[in-house]
Formats: sequence, structure tokens, C-alpha cells
Amino acid sequence: MLTFVNVIVAGLLTGCVYGLMALGLSVIFGVIRIVNFAHGEMMAVGMYAVLILNQKLGLDPFVLMPLVALALFLAGYALQRYLINRYMARPEHEQFLMLIAVSIMLTSGMLIAFGPDARNIQVDYAYDSYELGGVLIDKVRMLAALGAVSGAAALWAFFHFTRIGKSIRACADNQVGAQVVGLDVKRLYAVTFGIGAGCVGASGGLLLLLVDVQPYIAADYTLLAFIIVIIGGLGSMPGALLGGVLVGVSEAVSGFLIVPSLKSLFSFGLLIIVLLVRPQGLLGRRA
Amino acid sequence: MNADIAVSWSRRSGLSLAIFVAASLVVPVIASNYVVSTLIVLLFSAFLGQAWNLMMGYAGQLSLGHALYVGLGAYISGALFVQYGLTPWVGMLAGMAAAVVAGVVIAALSFQFGVSGVYFALLTIAFAEFARIAFNHFAWVGGSSGLFLPVLRLTGNDILHLRGSPTMFYYILLALTLTSLALSNLLLRRRIGFYWRAIREDQAAAQAAGVDVFRYKIAAVALSAAMTAIAGTLMAFYDNNLYPNTTFGISRSIDIIMAPIIGGLGTLFGPILGALVLTVLSEATTNLSANFGIDGLKQWIYGSTLLIIVMLQPAGLWPWLRARLRLDGADG
Repeated sequence: MLTFVNVIVAGLLTGCVYGLMALGLSVIFGVIRIVNFAHGEMMAVGMYAVLILNQKLGLDPFVLMPLVALALFLAGYALQRYLINRYMARPEHEQFLMLIAVSIMLTSGMLIAFGPDARNIQVDYAYDSYELGGVLIDKVRMLAALGAVSGAAALWAFFHFTRIGKSIRACADNQVGAQVVGLDVKRLYAVTFGIGAGCVGASGGLLLLLVDVQPYIAADYTLLAFIIVIIGGLGSMPGALLGGVLVGVSEAVSGFLIVPSLKSLFSFGLLIIVLLVRPQGLLGRRA
Repeated sequence: MNADIAVSWSRRSGLSLAIFVAASLVVPVIASNYVVSTLIVLLFSAFLGQAWNLMMGYAGQLSLGHALYVGLGAYISGALFVQYGLTPWVGMLAGMAAAVVAGVVIAALSFQFGVSGVYFALLTIAFAEFARIAFNHFAWVGGSSGLFLPVLRLTGNDILHLRGSPTMFYYILLALTLTSLALSNLLLRRRIGFYWRAIREDQAAAQAAGVDVFRYKIAAVALSAAMTAIAGTLMAFYDNNLYPNTTFGISRSIDIIMAPIIGGLGTLFGPILGALVLTVLSEATTNLSANFGIDGLKQWIYGSTLLIIVMLQPAGLWPWLRARLRLDGADG
């Protein structure tokens, strides 16, 4: 029984990191209406950035995380400003193919730079754990979840208390209206994509504490992010976190009770049910 | 898309097509094994692209999970052959039936529940991935360690059991590609083709005009799934090995949709031109990057060229080429 509680807690904590990753996708879709098919690839870039900087500079991943998030913010800003903005009025399949091309370039770029081998980060607190009423909690998992939750909280504050955050929400609610009142929608879109990229980059840095990185994991995480945001509700911030936690727990429990390789079967099953029964997601609003 | 659909083929277009077909027929006689095997890759891509184009290009339903139908066509015919020695032509029918049932169920569920656009696309991915993971744990077809078809040493070609030389597969695929070209051309001129394009352009307007939208969308999905399953069966018997992760994988679905989009979505020759461009590009990058021996260089060049094409000709290469060659006539 206690083992089972351990598994659930571990899934819950991993789920928080998934939530931050999905938050990036959700923010991008909610505002720009672009489905970022290069999301997992951007996360893998964040993972490699943290890994390499940690090896070169010896800094703790939690110190590096904000730096990497900032770097990805700038990259995401530029990507939206100079590439994706051209496709805003184009059909979905063209946007899709363009992002697939970007994702192929990112994956192969990582393959060229870092090779195909799986790598992981070494921290000296890797095997520490806390005990809470008999339940064992890994220190890295706990810290990663805390990092993810504080990232999400910062984002929430940004969208509710800063002028630019409020402007972005205005764009999401009514793009034409936002243009009418004089907001620079193209720049706000670029900021939004930057934020989405920063989020996923940060979550990559956190996830690196829990899993190994190699260039080809990217596609799996793109799909995982889709599952989470659809379950939670595309465009809903609390939905992304809830979806992340649900998928994290579902993966952990099914991996523990059945076989680990079947864990995503349940996630996809959950996705199919949510799409059919409640397509706007658990916490989403109907369009 | 425009009025010239009903115009019959001009002599110029007809002649170009005749030369193209004649050249395709003699290629295996004069070309090397390498060329034939590359052309087989091309024809698989063209035929699958045509199948996908029917559903997305004409009827406007974006599927990103066509690997599901490839997988059903491949695995069902392959498993029936390995387990019972059943001829792949019967197995192909079984695979097509399964793919049609799967496609119709997915489409009917989504249309019934109002799942459309991006959500429909994500749903098709979800079903394909679901099947991929399920087949990885399906011991009867080998699970994740794969299904292998016995390779027989034959002097001749055994068409009944699809055991033979690449040349045999080349001609079968060529016949299929030309048949589906003719079929697409025929359907586009019929009522169903006009209804599909009406649904693609404005579903609400089509419905208001009295088109049975649900029925015609389902028809497009069923036809597309059946054709894709045929390609799956041929792929199983050409490759002789099947793994769920590649057969049902998302990268397969992405490969399927690239040729028709690059070539020109909703055009007759787009999937074929796109397959030609992508196959040549893939072979060229393989040869080019082989000189450097760097992992990932091939895909990087491939990806960046893809991006350049999408940036320069977002509507596809065929509409552009057709204007350059001043070919007119039937092309939706």
C-alpha cells in the first residue's frame, strides 16, 4: 500500500513538470492559434542547454534554468517574428509542415551537435530523499516539481499583473479588438511564442533531473504535451497543470501495476475519451 | 477549385502524360537495381500521397494518423500469410476491410461529436499511437520484436504470394499509382468530387445547399483508408519485416502527408510530383552527407530544404510548375 502511495506521489511530482511543459504549448495555442509541432524538440534543446552548461560551468541546474528559459524565450521570439508570422493566415496543414521542417532541423541539429547517445546530468543530491510519514520522496523530483509550480505561478502573475501580459490576454480574447485599440499584435505574438518556448525550455531543464536526454525523445514529448493540453483544455492554464498531473499519475500507476511500456496507452486512451466526450478539455471553454 | 476542371485534357497535357507513362514502363528494363528500388520508394510515397490527398486535398479532412491504415493493411495481410499461408491478395482485402472499419468508426465518432480541424487531426494521431502501443504488446504478430515474412529463394516471380523481384513490385505499384490517378480524376468530375470540394471550401454552405455532408465525408475517409491499407500490404511483402514503432509510428504519418503538401494539396499530380521531389531530395542528401560521415547531417539538409520549399511555394510545387509548363486541363 505504501509503495503504491510512493508511486502516486512520484507521478504527481513528475506531472507538475509535465504541466509546465504543456503550459507552453497551451499558451501558444491559446493566443496565436498555432499548434506547435516542434514543442518536444524545443524542450530537448532546453535539456541539452542545461546539460552542456552544467558540464562546462559546473553550475547547478536550478541556477541554469532561468538562463536557459531566457535563451529559449529569445529564440522563440525570433522564430515567431521572422518565420511563423508569415504563416498566420495560411491553412493549418501549411503551418504544420513548416513546424515539422523546423522540428526535423532541431532534432538533426542536436544529433549533429551531441550525437545519438542518451545522456544524463550528475548532481550530488541525486539520491537524496525525504521521508514523510513513511512515504519516500526523491529530492530531485520534489525540487523539480517545486520549480515547475513556481514557473507556472510566475507566468500566472505575468498574465494578470503586467501590462504586456494583460495585452496578450486581450489578443487571445479578441484579436481584431486588440488591433483596433492599437496593440501591436505581431509583437505580442512573438512575446507569447517566446514565453511558450521559455516555459518548455525550463521544463526541459527540470525534466533532465528525472530522465535521460537524447535527440529522438523530442517527438514523444511533443505528443505527450498534446495529450496533456487536450485533456486539460487547449488554451487553459490551470487545465495544462491539471492535465500534466493526471497524465503523470496515470503513467506512474499504469507503469507500476501493468508494464512501463504500456503507460502511454492509457494516456492516449484518456485523450481519445476526452476528445470525444468533452473536446474542449476538462477545464477548457467551448470555442 | 476553378472552372477548368470540367475542361477536357488538352493535347499538350495528354502528350506529356503519355510520355511520362511510357518512360515509367521501360525504366526497369534499362535501369540499375538502385534506381528501381529508389523508384519503388517514390511510388509508395506517391500512392500513399494520393490516398491521403483524397481525404484532405479534396474533402478537407486533416488526418495525421494515416499510419494506422498502413499498419492494419500491413499487419493483417502479413500475419495471415505467416500464420496460415494465406495469399496476400485475400489478406489485403481483410486489411482494407479493417482499415475502412477503423477509419469510418473514427470519422463517424468525431463528426458525431463535432470534433473537427486540429482536434480531428489530433484524434487521428491518438488512434494511430494507440494501435502502435497495442501492437507492441500483441504477441500473435510478434509484438515489439517484429513480424518477419519468410523470404523464399525463387527463380521466378510468384505474384499470387507477392514473393518476387523489386521489378515485380515496381510494376504493381506503378499500376496502382496510375489507377488511383485515373480514379481521382474520375471522382473529381463526378458529383461526389464536387460535393467534396464544396465541403472542403465551406462545410456549412455545402450543408445548407443540401449536400449530405456526413455521408460524403465518411466516403472520403473510407476510400482513403482502403487505398492506404493496400499500400500497407505491399509494403509488408516488399520489406518482409514489420515493427509496430515504424509501421504505425507518427513519423510514417508525417512522411505520408509531405509529398501531397509539397506537390500541391488537392491537385491530381501534386502527390506524384511531391513524391518525386522528396525522394530525389532524400537520395541526394544521403549521398551528399555520406561523404562527411556526420550523424544527422542528412536530416538537417532535408529539413532545411523542406522549409525553403514551404516558404517559397506554400501552396505546393505542382500549381507553380503547371503554370511554368503552360499545361492546362483537368486538375482540381
